[in-house]
Amino acid sequence: MESFWSMLTDPNAQWILLGCMLLGLCSGVIGCFAYLRKQSLMGDTLAHAALPGICIAFMLSGTKSIGLFLVGAGIAGLLATFGIGWITRYSRIKSDAAMGIVLSSFFGLGIVLLTQIQHSNYGNQSGLDKFLFGQAASMIGSDVTIMLIVSLVIVAACTLLFKEFKLLSFDPGFAKGLGFPIALLDQLLMFFIVVSVVIGIQAVGVVLVAALLITPAVSARYWTDRLGVMVLLSGLFGALSGVVGTWLSSTTVSLPTGPVSVLAQTLLFGLSLLLGPRRGLLAKRLTHRKAKLVLQEEQRMRATVSGKGGVDA
Amino acid sequence: MQRTTEALTAPPLAISGLSVAYQKKPVLRNVSFQLPHGELVGVVGPNGAGKSTLIKAALGLIPKLAGEVQVFGAPSASQRKLIGYVPQRESVDWDFPTNALDVVMMGRYGHLGWFRRPGAKEKRLALECLAKVGMADYANRQISQLSGGQQQRVFLARALAQDARLYVMDEPFAGVDAATEKAIIGLLQELKREGKTVMVVHHDLATVKEYFDSVLLLNVEVQAFGKTAEVFTTANLAQTYGGRFAYLNQQDAEMNESGAASGIGRG
Amino acid sequence: MTDFWIILTGSLVATCCSILGCFLILRRMALIGDAISHSVLPGIVIAFMVSGSRDSFIMLLGASVLGLVTVFLIQLFQQSGVQSDASIGVVFTALFAVGVVLVSLNLRQVDLDLDCVLYGEIAHVHWNTWTLGGTDMGPKAVWLLGFTLLVIVTLVSLFYKQFKLCAFDPLLAAAVGIPVALFHYLLMGLVSMATVSSFESVGAILVVGMLIIPASAAYLLTDRLGLMIVISVAIGIASTVLGYAAAYVLDASIAGCMVCAAAVLFILAFLLSPTHGLVARKLWRRMNQQSL
Repeated sequence: MESFWSMLTDPNAQWILLGCMLLGLCSGVIGCFAYLRKQSLMGDTLAHAALPGICIAFMLSGTKSIGLFLVGAGIAGLLATFGIGWITRYSRIKSDAAMGIVLSSFFGLGIVLLTQIQHSNYGNQSGLDKFLFGQAASMIGSDVTIMLIVSLVIVAACTLLFKEFKLLSFDPGFAKGLGFPIALLDQLLMFFIVVSVVIGIQAVGVVLVAALLITPAVSARYWTDRLGVMVLLSGLFGALSGVVGTWLSSTTVSLPTGPVSVLAQTLLFGLSLLLGPRRGLLAKRLTHRKAKLVLQEEQRMRATVSGKGGVDA
Repeated sequence: MQRTTEALTAPPLAISGLSVAYQKKPVLRNVSFQLPHGELVGVVGPNGAGKSTLIKAALGLIPKLAGEVQVFGAPSASQRKLIGYVPQRESVDWDFPTNALDVVMMGRYGHLGWFRRPGAKEKRLALECLAKVGMADYANRQISQLSGGQQQRVFLARALAQDARLYVMDEPFAGVDAATEKAIIGLLQELKREGKTVMVVHHDLATVKEYFDSVLLLNVEVQAFGKTAEVFTTANLAQTYGGRFAYLNQQDAEMNESGAASGIGRG
Repeated sequence: MTDFWIILTGSLVATCCSILGCFLILRRMALIGDAISHSVLPGIVIAFMVSGSRDSFIMLLGASVLGLVTVFLIQLFQQSGVQSDASIGVVFTALFAVGVVLVSLNLRQVDLDLDCVLYGEIAHVHWNTWTLGGTDMGPKAVWLLGFTLLVIVTLVSLFYKQFKLCAFDPLLAAAVGIPVALFHYLLMGLVSMATVSSFESVGAILVVGMLIIPASAAYLLTDRLGLMIVISVAIGIASTVLGYAAAYVLDASIAGCMVCAAAVLFILAFLLSPTHGLVARKLWRRMNQQSL
């Protein structure tokens, strides 16, 4: 516990802690809607698709600024979602393959661009590849400020648009009938996913950023059947794992923050999977056994009744 | 492949005390019945009555909570070559890159064993089966280019290729055109003439009397089982379908008017 | 000679992956391929820590086991009610995180470059050669991939009808007594093997690209499974060659260029396929409208 307090007093660690916590919170919140829209792996696709966007933003500007990267990744992410839409609409390829195609094509393009950057003399390029694997420890005050703003905006928007997003996730056709601008809301949700992915990449890397969106949402689903509670829990799980991840990685040298946060989330998921009140494995095992017992009891009753009937006859 | 005649005198399908539960509530409870030889048997019941589940459990495709399933006197796992199965049409991806003939040849895969590949003999047989369902002209057609009824006929041809003694069909009449329905019922009659037993999950109550020798009324439990004329009664249907029976009564009235309802009215 | 070895390695990767990819996309499990390619990382690291060398079939074994564990966990979670893509996401990120942590904790013992895991270094393939009794037998990667390809071709051709029926109609497959689960895990085991043997040379992402893109393009070009596999392999090899040429001209990542070449070929198939292409469909529609 001592290490925890010492971490809290170190100003540099404070930034990282705050950043990881906010990141977990906002990804957890937005991840719930992605999960319910059955678009969990969209986060993964968008994270990979962001790479060429980030590279082009860097090539055009020559600076490593998270704001510009956001713009580049946002545009690339938008193109990726359109690509998936086109492929599934205009051919018989199913959505999972379409996502795989877009994901790997964009990432391949991104790697090509990355090597171009490395081979030419863009002065400030060092660390761009580290950015992709995630290095929470390298976050500085200005990064965290942007994270703070973005998370606040996302959480606020999700609070304000809660009923719209809820309707969108549950029954988009009905929502359209009610006159909600579904296409716009859908794009907005997608935009929020892109944004949280981009700020997440810096902390945990391209591959693991999907976990920030998916795992807390799935874990939260085990505990409740109400969307409001689920969003709250998911945000809480995300923030908690961010804190735990930062704390653990600060105790051991060379333990990376991102993967440890993801493992903390996985642990929470494992607990939820086992102990969830109605959907958990234990609860299910119990109800199954109960069903079997009830059945046996019924059969015994029936046997005695029909036995008596036989005697009476 | 050779079975003793003794084994084949056992009932084609004998189920006793079968219970299946996916979650808390049982989908099938204490189901027991024996199919008679050489009959067309309809399985009828409301949505969620466990009809498809019954078929899957009979084939040993899903775990049972309790009970026993025997096919010609032995567990279904050891009698697979005697069972022909027609799954619901929606259960497969019709965009799959293959043609009608190839799908029918799949019916032989069980007989081919582990390593043998389908050859000329299988192809000839498959073509015969396609001809029997009136689809010989479509043998090389990609399956997504077939209409719903044609797809269903391909599935039936595939079951024929299995050359089984007991056929189990999950809603073969669902969403097919009149010509296909006619073709299917003709085929069922032919199977019956060959002494085969056919169990069909069926939705259209209006045609039950016309199509089936026996009928199994199912709603989680067996509500009634026996000759269609005796069992397919208003009272039994009311019991099976519960509150949703208003429209059936209407139909029943029509049937009475036409004088076709010999067994109805006893309840 | 370098060019030859690189193109050969790339083609072997492409062939292994394109064959398996056909079955993956038909079973709608494209993203499970993606998941496996990431989650074998801890398997590689553990095998490396245990065996102490990076040139062994132990690594192949360790990673294949992890691939099967991935599939098993994904199915377990699906059965307990998690959406399929979400359970894929949970499993592969968790295992990848374990892998990254293991690498970070054993940085001194483990000589594995994380960048290499993602992007691969096909350009270095010919440096790492296999010497047998003093003779240079060529790059190790080629031998490993050749072995994998042999296993894949043998198993897929022996059990072609089983794989096909399990992909098309698993219910019937189970009803006629084909052990569906066994073939499911066999396919997944092969995918893990292909992933691992391709890993060092081309990286996780190229593996995913080669698994999904050529097979998807082939899916748009034919209506027969056998032909689809052949076309898929041809597209895979073509994108290797084209990609290498592009990488040579642009002086860029070879693996990246190969995936981009595959993507370009896919776009061509998507637009121009005579039966399923966008242009052909538009033309058909116009002709139908005119005839009306």
